Amino acid sequence: MDKEQHCPDLLSELADFMDGTATIEVCAEIEKHMAECPDCRVMVDTLEKTIYLYRNREERFELPSGFRERLFTSLHLEDYLKD
Amino acid sequence: MKQEETFSIDALRSGDREAFAAMVDEYSPKLYRLALRMLGDPQEAEDVLQDSLLKAYHAIDKFEGRSKVGTWLYRITSNEALMRLRKKQPALVSVDEPIQLDKGDMVPRQLEDWCCLPEDEFMTAEAMVQLDQAMEELSPALKAAFILRDLQGLSTEEAAETLEISESALKTRLSRARLQLRESLSIYFGDRVKEFMHG
Ligand SMILES: [Zn+2]
Repeated sequence: MDKEQHCPDLLSELADFMDGTATIEVCAEIEKHMAECPDCRVMVDTLEKTIYLYRNREERFELPSGFRERLFTSLHLEDYLKD
Repeated sequence: MKQEETFSIDALRSGDREAFAAMVDEYSPKLYRLALRMLGDPQEAEDVLQDSLLKAYHAIDKFEGRSKVGTWLYRITSNEALMRLRKKQPALVSVDEPIQLDKGDMVPRQLEDWCCLPEDEFMTAEAMVQLDQAMEELSPALKAAFILRDLQGLSTEEAAETLEISESALKTRLSRARLQLRESLSIYFGDRVKEFMHG
């Protein structure tokens, strides 16, 4: 594959490809290129993994303790703390 | 974002405290995470959240109902966080992110395949620090796009509306952010792969 020419063209479509909003033609083109180009394959796999790691951490996120009490107090909403 | 609110916009507009409390309960966890990921500091994130919600309360009569309350709150909070970042690190904040992706951005430099590492390797405290550091290196504009779209799950349209930029500009920023994070993480996890294979 001619890296200078071909791969960057493909990469500009990558966001749509990963978000499932690329056209069928673009998807097919990217799949085909990845099958032939190990570098782009690794690129896409590690890109997906990168997003996964951040999302995964976000899902396990917990608010700091006393968060709601501090916030409600600072906003003078103490009366509504009970529920 | 949810369509149905647990509070009435009209009550909110007329200064009803109970409606405000309900709004705070509904949106504060998401807004806090936005501020925390933007700023990287829990204390500062709580300050930004408080300031943003106060601003929202006092400006509720300016809320026109054309966008959703959530989008409006996200906008106030991200602007507040961006303002803080500008004060802290003025050199880092470029107002005009390039609209087009330049080729230089798009050519990957790190091509180690680290996906195969055992799952534990991704969960260590050290790995978490790497995630934070990589995020910290993003420009605020890129960071905001990544957080809203990929971490908070807003649609492209909602994220673009929040940041008051076009959808194509949002997509460009999102791609740049993702690629830059991938490069940073690849350096660290690429080294883990080499260590793993050689002992
Ligand atoms: Zn390629």
